[in-house]
Amino acid sequence: MKVLLMHRELDFQAEREPPWNMPDLVADLGLSWLFQAMARGDEIVGDVCRSALGQSVTDVATVHYRQAALRDALANPDAVRALYQLAASTVEDERKHYFGLFRNHPDTILRRSVEVMRLFAERLRRLRDIAAEQVARFESGAFDRLFLMLQTELDEPFLARIDAHLKDLRLRQGLLMSARLGAGNSGSDYVLREHAGPAGGFLRRLVSKGPASYSFTIPERDQAGFRALDQLRDRGVNLVANALAQSNDHILGFFRSLRDELAFYVGALNLHETLAAKGEPLCFPAAHPPERARRRYRGLYDPSLALQLERRTVGNDLDGDDTRLVVITGANHGGKSTFLRALGTAQLMTECGLFVPATEADVSLGPGVITHFKREEDAGLESGKLDEELERMATVVDHVAGGTLVLLNESFASTNEREGSDIAREVLGALVAGGVRVAFVTHLYDFASSMASADEPGRLFLRAPRSDDGTRTFRLQEGAPLPTSYGGDLFGEVFGTAAGPSPAAEPASGPGDGARDGPEPASDPQLGSPT
Amino acid sequence: MSFHSILYRTPSERPPASPPRRPEHFVDLALDQVVASVTAAKREYRLEPDFYLPLCDPDAVAYRHEVVRDLREEAVLDAVTAFGEAMHEMRERLAERDDSPYRHQQERWFLSAVAGYCRAVRRLARELSAAEPASRGFRDLVAYLDAVVASDAFERLAAWTDRLERALGEIRYQVRIVGSTVKVRHFHDEADYSAKVLATFEKFREAPARDYRIKLREGGRMTHVEAQILDGVARLHPEVFSDLDRYCRENARYLDDRLAAFDREVQFYLAYLEQVRRLQRAGARFVLPEIAPSWEGTFAEGMVDAALADKLRYSGGAAVANDFRLEGEQRLVVVTGPNQGGKTTFARAFGQVHYLAALGLPVPAAAARLHLADALHTHFERQERVEDLRGKLHEELSRMHRVVRDATHDSIVVMNEAFSSTTASDALQLTREILARLDRRGALCLVVTFLDELATLNPRTVSMVGGVDPDDPAIRTFRIERRPADGRAYAVAIARKHGLTRAALDERLAP
Repeated sequence: MKVLLMHRELDFQAEREPPWNMPDLVADLGLSWLFQAMARGDEIVGDVCRSALGQSVTDVATVHYRQAALRDALANPDAVRALYQLAASTVEDERKHYFGLFRNHPDTILRRSVEVMRLFAERLRRLRDIAAEQVARFESGAFDRLFLMLQTELDEPFLARIDAHLKDLRLRQGLLMSARLGAGNSGSDYVLREHAGPAGGFLRRLVSKGPASYSFTIPERDQAGFRALDQLRDRGVNLVANALAQSNDHILGFFRSLRDELAFYVGALNLHETLAAKGEPLCFPAAHPPERARRRYRGLYDPSLALQLERRTVGNDLDGDDTRLVVITGANHGGKSTFLRALGTAQLMTECGLFVPATEADVSLGPGVITHFKREEDAGLESGKLDEELERMATVVDHVAGGTLVLLNESFASTNEREGSDIAREVLGALVAGGVRVAFVTHLYDFASSMASADEPGRLFLRAPRSDDGTRTFRLQEGAPLPTSYGGDLFGEVFGTAAGPSPAAEPASGPGDGARDGPEPASDPQLGSPT
Repeated sequence: MSFHSILYRTPSERPPASPPRRPEHFVDLALDQVVASVTAAKREYRLEPDFYLPLCDPDAVAYRHEVVRDLREEAVLDAVTAFGEAMHEMRERLAERDDSPYRHQQERWFLSAVAGYCRAVRRLARELSAAEPASRGFRDLVAYLDAVVASDAFERLAAWTDRLERALGEIRYQVRIVGSTVKVRHFHDEADYSAKVLATFEKFREAPARDYRIKLREGGRMTHVEAQILDGVARLHPEVFSDLDRYCRENARYLDDRLAAFDREVQFYLAYLEQVRRLQRAGARFVLPEIAPSWEGTFAEGMVDAALADKLRYSGGAAVANDFRLEGEQRLVVVTGPNQGGKTTFARAFGQVHYLAALGLPVPAAAARLHLADALHTHFERQERVEDLRGKLHEELSRMHRVVRDATHDSIVVMNEAFSSTTASDALQLTREILARLDRRGALCLVVTFLDELATLNPRTVSMVGGVDPDDPAIRTFRIERRPADGRAYAVAIARKHGLTRAALDERLAP
């Protein structure tokens, strides 16, 4: 009996090893906020969601399978939560039955197993009942199949059989076992048998020749005799205690599976409710196979940021279909890193079968996301830091495949602009040629402008602009890189000048890039693209 | 022609009913340690008496050599070892029978024991015959086994045994326990309850399950409850159990005497050969010696003290090997040299090699040609109470007198530092006298002594000397070499090494 809410044919492995760069992803994309919101204090939900996000799905069918189930859950949140509670509490309650001191007696094992089986029988019945109630309200393949299976497998005859076993195993009619003659004629191969109905026994006794049985009774004071009798009972009970204990284990496994797979949907529900309460938009992305190279967003925002702020976040648009390289330049604190995070998180959520933080989305699936963000330690620009940075980059290269989304945030900043640009050209040239999709936030003007002027297809240039009064809009726009990151604003503030010294620096062939310091022209000829 | 014993060609050669006593020389030659190591793991066979009976007849020795050669073949060794194990198991089952107070349990153990015996005999006959042994002993045994297996009595026994085992194996019964009442009845084929439980929950199984069965003690002493159940089963199957009863009564003497004896006696070889293998792994060499008609031309090369080799095994060391050779009329070997130089070890090895040769076993040497002694006398210095020196000397002389009286030209006498309770010149004179008398008998003597003069006693003397390291006389090589005695150079060399010569002392003590 498989749960199959996460995959059409496979069990979901919540215990699977996380991807090699999970700690990086969590830190760089700020995923802890996401997990927190999904967990809402439930450790199991948190762990499961964390695990699910790390297990990117790469086939469209499975993504649609989960999206359909999630739509069902969003339409029936109470039912899903109730089912989850039922499974989780059953697993928890099973743990409360201890073996006690006499672990090595089959009798103890049997009694404990009977108690647990009684608990399971009650919960299985309740599970079946919920399934029967809810089946009409769910439409997805996943939930439909689950509810149908529960109704079929846990039907009345089955539950009645469990009750019958529980009654028999109290052994009120005494213990009946068969045996053979082993070494020295000692009994061996003890097997517990079912009691035949009285009628059958009676007839047989009529037919058989000779005495039917010999009996004796242990006298009251015979301590050794009673001990011997207990040993005998242990032999008879050994196999059936094992059978029952094993069966319990199997059922527990089922409840655990059910709990884990439902936990994912509960987490999604929690997240949805929290973001929707803030008025942040969410939509189900249209998933496309990796070869299609789709990447188009409207109103994309970083959900971790949204969870941290009280006010609404700013959404961005992206027309990145058939784009392999996105270069993002522009004002400091202009929303560049946030955008990068949004891209990464949305990709992971899509590959997980979840909704995404946007109003519209068309996304190609790829084998996961890898980040290479500036580390605080690198900011010192000491010579050893480039080494470290490049080592990390080498690890990234080890793990990429065609279709991986690689997010670089101020990479190669631990050296000067010339050198950094040279390295960037090499590395990014190779990655892009290898089919990797890259988004690069950078201040390396040399690199960015050389890329832009090369004018090759599949490249997109975005800028975080600053408006006339130096404030930030957090909305990126398409535009060739400008040779300044608007540090001039700050200079102006501090030095109180309108125009500062301007040593000749070659701007790229992009139009309207003349001014390096000082205010930006009011209308930027580049600003033709839709926002 | 017909098989008698794997150790002795004829019944007359067998040890007498009262077991032979341990030879007096055993402790001196460390043979007690050798035999103890050999028999340590085989106490149940009581092999010691056979080690106390050396053979005088070269053909009797040849008989055993042939058996040893056969046992070097893997097929023969495996067959014999398997038989030994099966017989051991048979005895264990008989012990279980003796241990039980319940008749039905005793009888089943007996049946089991006899079944094991029948299988063992059949298997040995088959495997030994297929191995095609060359020795008289084993060939005669194969013929004997074939006769036993083909005999009516054995076939009847085997068939009856099989029948009973099968019948008992097929019995199934049921026990019902309600409260404190136990009911035993025929098996009625009710459903296996555990199987039913597992089937009900099969649909939940996704992964292999853990095993919750408790390991319960099987067999062994029955409780009286089990015994009463067994009684019930017996009454439900009266024919089988009365047949078993009759079987036990009529087959009480099932065991063939000669096969039982073979089982015990072949262990003489197996135990010794196992010890040989252990010592070989530690570097000692073993060989079946050539038997010579007299002392002339006898020798051993690469000879070691087997007891010492065994002791050194544990510390990872190896015993130093030595040689001896008797040419022409030589009958007296005089061994001199530094203290702790290996002289006594050499004397022991010399004695051991001759004794073990007379047992028909491989001796601890790389090559050997030896004559069978009719007697082996040793005279090793005894650590005795020092008060009565005169008494000690008297006692020694009395013993040596007996030895001289009983010695023949086939006897060996080994003396180790004799007459130490008197002065050197007295000892020299006494030893000369005794050796002269022994010389007249033609006995072979080996004398370990500090009296260098003995090394040139007569033309029939071989001088051997314990070696020291040329660079440091304090170091012994433990090699005993044929060469003239070279006086008391060692003591001076050691003294010099420690700065205790006169010259050195004068200098040290100078005011």
